[in-house]
Amino acid sequence: MIMIQGSLLMRTYRDTILSYTVSFCPGLRNGTKRMEDLQRQIPHSFPLGSPRRGVLGFLILLCTLMSSASFGQDWVRTGSGLGVEKVRLAVPDFKAANSDPQNAALLKTFNDTFWNDLDNSGVLELVSKSFYPLQIPGQPAEVTFNLWNAPPPNAAMLAFGNLGVAAGKVIVQGWLYDVKNTPSPQVLGKQYTDVPTDAAVRLIAHKFADEIIFRLGGGIPGVAESSIYFVSDRSGHKEIWAMDYDGSNQHQLTHQGSISLSPRISPDGSRLAFSSLTNGGWEILMYSMDLNRLVNFPRFGGGNFSPAWSPDGMKLSLSSSRTGDSEIYVCDANGANLHRMTTGKGPDVSPVWNRKTGAQIAFVSGSTGLPQVYTMEADGTNQQRMTDQGYAVSPNWAPNGQFLTLAWTRKYGPGEPGSSDIYLMDIASKQWVQLTHDGGHNDFPWWAPDGRHIVFESERSGKEEIWMMLADGTKLHQLTFTGRNTQPNWSWK
Amino acid sequence: MKAQTLKTLATVIALATILMLGACHKKEAPAPPPPPPPPPSPTASVSVSPDTIQAGQSATLTWQTSNATDVSIDGIGAVQASGSQQVSPTDSTTYHLVAKGSGGSQEASTRLTVTPPPPPPPPPAPPMPSDEDLFGTNVKDIYFDYDKSDIRADQQASMQADIQFLTEHSNINFVIEGHCDDRGSTEYNLALGDQRATSVKNALTTAGISASRIKTISYGKEKPFCMEDNEACWQQNRRGHFVYQK
Repeated sequence: MIMIQGSLLMRTYRDTILSYTVSFCPGLRNGTKRMEDLQRQIPHSFPLGSPRRGVLGFLILLCTLMSSASFGQDWVRTGSGLGVEKVRLAVPDFKAANSDPQNAALLKTFNDTFWNDLDNSGVLELVSKSFYPLQIPGQPAEVTFNLWNAPPPNAAMLAFGNLGVAAGKVIVQGWLYDVKNTPSPQVLGKQYTDVPTDAAVRLIAHKFADEIIFRLGGGIPGVAESSIYFVSDRSGHKEIWAMDYDGSNQHQLTHQGSISLSPRISPDGSRLAFSSLTNGGWEILMYSMDLNRLVNFPRFGGGNFSPAWSPDGMKLSLSSSRTGDSEIYVCDANGANLHRMTTGKGPDVSPVWNRKTGAQIAFVSGSTGLPQVYTMEADGTNQQRMTDQGYAVSPNWAPNGQFLTLAWTRKYGPGEPGSSDIYLMDIASKQWVQLTHDGGHNDFPWWAPDGRHIVFESERSGKEEIWMMLADGTKLHQLTFTGRNTQPNWSWK
Repeated sequence: MKAQTLKTLATVIALATILMLGACHKKEAPAPPPPPPPPPSPTASVSVSPDTIQAGQSATLTWQTSNATDVSIDGIGAVQASGSQQVSPTDSTTYHLVAKGSGGSQEASTRLTVTPPPPPPPPPAPPMPSDEDLFGTNVKDIYFDYDKSDIRADQQASMQADIQFLTEHSNINFVIEGHCDDRGSTEYNLALGDQRATSVKNALTTAGISASRIKTISYGKEKPFCMEDNEACWQQNRRGHFVYQK
């Protein structure tokens, strides 16, 4: 059996230190028609590193005979940062700076949050704490380089510091050291002062983690200070909730008492659009994050669903059935100048803008039967069908503008195996990889602003909950546990 | 002692009588007997209590007579000289009593007024069914195929029945709810449910039912009728559901 392994490195994605290695076999069950297309389009003699369509550079790295070890593998394996060595970072617990009794609890919160942020970043390899020396540093004078830069820890970088409560304030000092560069080791030195509360200390941990991720992760800001908005029924009604990106600080925003769905935070984080069942039917409502209440937004009539912000925050796209059929519309951010983009038969919903350019909109249409994902220019022209079969919904545009994620049941129908899984598709080539496997129904993938993380809804735990993973499908972990939680929406920064 | 006194008295009287008889020698023609006193004329009275009843109720008729041998009340017949009786006439009645006796006859009467029954008591059993009841009985939900919003052939009978009822009851306003089974995705199902409701609405308006009476709303998969994971249950959830609007 011949298997061909190719690795494509997206040029503008290079900075993220993520690359995708895709292995496939034309004879395998999880049809790889698109892969075959790719194979046709890119002859194996294609010059190494040659640009394609001026957008993507494909590196055909390897054509090889695979051993029978791969036989029977029924899904495509992708890897994050394959071939790129991640920075080995040692993160000893921060130490208490003084003997204040509040220190212990705050240090626990800080150390847990800080470690999780760095561990979840996807760009660092944290050195296991069991390799650390007994003496851990709380400040620069306490660092002994050869205990860290040589095995067993063999760390390239060391993040350390201390925390202390004094005079009603908590002060955190943190450093990032390049321990292999002993003459000039300091990469970062930071001091944070805030009220001595759990929430404040958590925020400090997020801030310092983001500083480190920014420097060690190719200059892309971390997401430790970002938020996730979602729908939860834990109050008895489906309402809009918010939480920190790591699942902490979950709190209810809306109190409509009906059914509220599809939360979408504006790019500047000041407003949240969502769809809610009102006395007059489904309407788009606008919640002000500054005023903590609903603000005026016009009622369009008919059923109005799935609002989406343009990346400049000036426009909204949405689905409305005000003329009978559900169609994609675009209006100004205040609801004015509503105009229709699609005219097809069948439901058109779930628009989402190309968040890098704002020039295209991806959406879902049932015009040919089962829903499929399409793209079009933001003026409604040049509609392109992206998915070739099955049941494809919930497109979301990656921050780099080149990928879509979507929820796809590729084999759909009575007796067909498989469920709705999260897929990643390269828009130019329509090549896709499957990110989730064997985990029940998965839907509503949404990209983090760093382009490295994806949050989504999954029933893999038995009921709908919010989960997060890296964009290659690894580091999967659950963020919500109470009630049913759906339709996550990651803030823009 | 007393007996002796009586005996003495009787003896004295007997002696006196003999003496008198003996003294009255001359026999005279016996005096004609005094005419018997005229027999007393009868008396009669009759009353009824209460004197006003509603139809169906009863009253007590009471009468008294004296010196009468033959007492009768019209409508009742011969009765005892005095007595009482329950009566429940359907119309107002005058009870006329005639008491005849050797002393003549006497009449008396009393009137019992019967009022018509109160406004017909709450009509016993068959109330007019309300519009809402009729709506619930007659209007049939429309069921759909998976991922479809066109009205399939086996639903046409229900559709025609709905059209007929809603045409005949043009005062009824109603909501058509579009529902989907829970296998699809939330947002797409909302649009699909919207389309199902619109599809039913269009069939009604095409048949001449005013669109102003109809409100449509999609519930997508948010309000399932059935929660199980099988086709029978999914079919229950793929429907256009009619709701009476007060």
